[in-house]
Amino acid sequence: MDGDPYVIVDFEFSKPGKGQSLYRCKLKNMVNGNQFERTFRSGDTFEPANLREKQMQYLYEEDNQYCFMDTETYEQVYLTQDQLGDAKNYLSDNLNVDILFFGDEPLGITPPNFVELSVTKAEPWAKGDSVTGKTKPVEVETGYTLQVPPFIEEGEKIRIDTRTGEYLTRVKE
Amino acid sequence: MEDSWKRARKENALRVRAGMIRAIRRFFAKNDYLEVETPFRIPGPAPESHIDAIPSDDWFLHTSPELCMKRLLAAGYPQIFQLCKCFRRGERGSLHIPEFTLLEWYKSGTDYRKMMEECEELISHVARSLGHGRTLYYRGREIAIQAPWERISVKDAFRRYSSVSPAEALENNLFDEIMVREIEPRLAERKTPVFLYDYPVVLGALARTKGSNPDVAERFELYMGGLELANAFSELTDAGEQRGRFEKEEQNRRESGKPPYPMPEKFLSELATMPESSGIALGVDRLAMIFTDSATIDDVVTFTPEEL
Repeated sequence: MDGDPYVIVDFEFSKPGKGQSLYRCKLKNMVNGNQFERTFRSGDTFEPANLREKQMQYLYEEDNQYCFMDTETYEQVYLTQDQLGDAKNYLSDNLNVDILFFGDEPLGITPPNFVELSVTKAEPWAKGDSVTGKTKPVEVETGYTLQVPPFIEEGEKIRIDTRTGEYLTRVKE
Repeated sequence: MEDSWKRARKENALRVRAGMIRAIRRFFAKNDYLEVETPFRIPGPAPESHIDAIPSDDWFLHTSPELCMKRLLAAGYPQIFQLCKCFRRGERGSLHIPEFTLLEWYKSGTDYRKMMEECEELISHVARSLGHGRTLYYRGREIAIQAPWERISVKDAFRRYSSVSPAEALENNLFDEIMVREIEPRLAERKTPVFLYDYPVVLGALARTKGSNPDVAERFELYMGGLELANAFSELTDAGEQRGRFEKEEQNRRESGKPPYPMPEKFLSELATMPESSGIALGVDRLAMIFTDSATIDDVVTFTPEEL
C-alpha cells in the first residue's frame, strides 16, 4: 500500500445488523514500524508486497540484538526485540525460523507454528484441585509466562502454539 | 483428557446457556406461543444485499427461518417461535460464527413497539430464571434490566454520536462504518439495554414503512452492553412492495458480484394473507455471552469451526 509493505497486526471482523462486512485493521508499516487503524470493506484489493522469506537459525542475543544465521552461507543478520515482537518468547537456541526480508533488509521473523519449551518455574500441583477448568501460570526457558493445566510440573516440556501463545499439550520424552 | 482441556473450561458457560434455553422455552409456553421447526435447507433465502447463504446441494442452508415462519403466520398460526441453527457465509469474528443459534418469534396483531416490550419481558424473565437481580454485569459495566429500556431513533443516535445524518451516511456508503465505530461503542455506555429504532427504508427490506414518515422502516435493533442482540420489524405485508424491495436487493447483489437467489414466489403469494404482525430474531449465542460475561462468541459454543 502506498509503496511500502504493511502487516496487519490486529484485525476485527464486524458486521452491523444486516449491513456490510467490515474489516477493521491495525496496520504496521513493516519498514518504519508506524501503526495506524483503517477499515476495509469486503472486495477491497491491494498489491501483494514484494517480500521474500529465508530460513535461518537463531544463535544468541546480545545488547538487544538477536543474531540469526543462514546455515548454508553463514551470513548473519541482526534484529531488535521490537522487530521480533512476541516471537522472542519462543526463541530457544538453534531454533530454525523464517526471516522476512524487504530487499536486503530483515523485517521480522515467523517462528514455527509449534515450539517445544521446558518449564523452568512452576508451582507444585495441589492435590485435590480438579483438573477441570483450573489453570496456573508457569515460566518457560525463554522467560515467557503462560497459563497451563495444573498437572504440568517444573522440568517438563510443553508444546506451545506460537500463533496464539497458548499451551497445547504436554510433551512426553 | 489434555486435548479436551479447553472445552472442559467452558462447563459454566454451557450450563448457563442450557439454563437460558430452558427459560426461553418456559417464557413462550407461558405466553401461548407454539414452538415450530422449519426446514434448514431451502431453495433460497430472502434476498438481502449483505447476507450470504451457504449452498447445500442445489439449495441453500437458511440464513434465518424468516420466510417459512411468515408462511406459517399467513396460514393462521398467530404466535410462533423457533430456536434453531442458522448459517451465514463468511461471518467470523468475536461476535460472529458461520453456524449460530437464532431465536425467532412472531406475533400477529402487534407492531414493533409492542415487540420492544416483549423483549423486555423475555430477557427479564431469563435473567430472573438464572438468578440475576435487577442488574447484570457485562465487561465491567452495569446494565439495569428493569423496564422500560431506553429507546433511541437512528436519526437521534446519528445526531448525538456522529457528525452526519443517516441520509448523508448512506449516500457516502458510511452508514455501517459509523454504526460500528461511533454509535455502537456509545450504546454500551447507556444504563439500560437500548432499542435503536426507525432505520432508513433501504435498510429494512422486510419491514413496514412508518405511516407518519415514509423515509423510515419500522425496524429496531436491541443492544445490550454494546452487543447487537436482536433485529425486529413491523412486518411488511404488502406483497407488491415486498417484491420490489427484493428486486432491489437482488440488483445490489448482482452489482457486487454475488450469486443470485431465486425469487421466493411461494412466500410472496402467501404474504397477501399474512396478518399485520411483528417478528424478531435474537442471537442466542450473544445472549449467552452477556449472561456469562464472555468477550467472544467462542466462549459460549461447544466447538468453533476452527476446533473441528
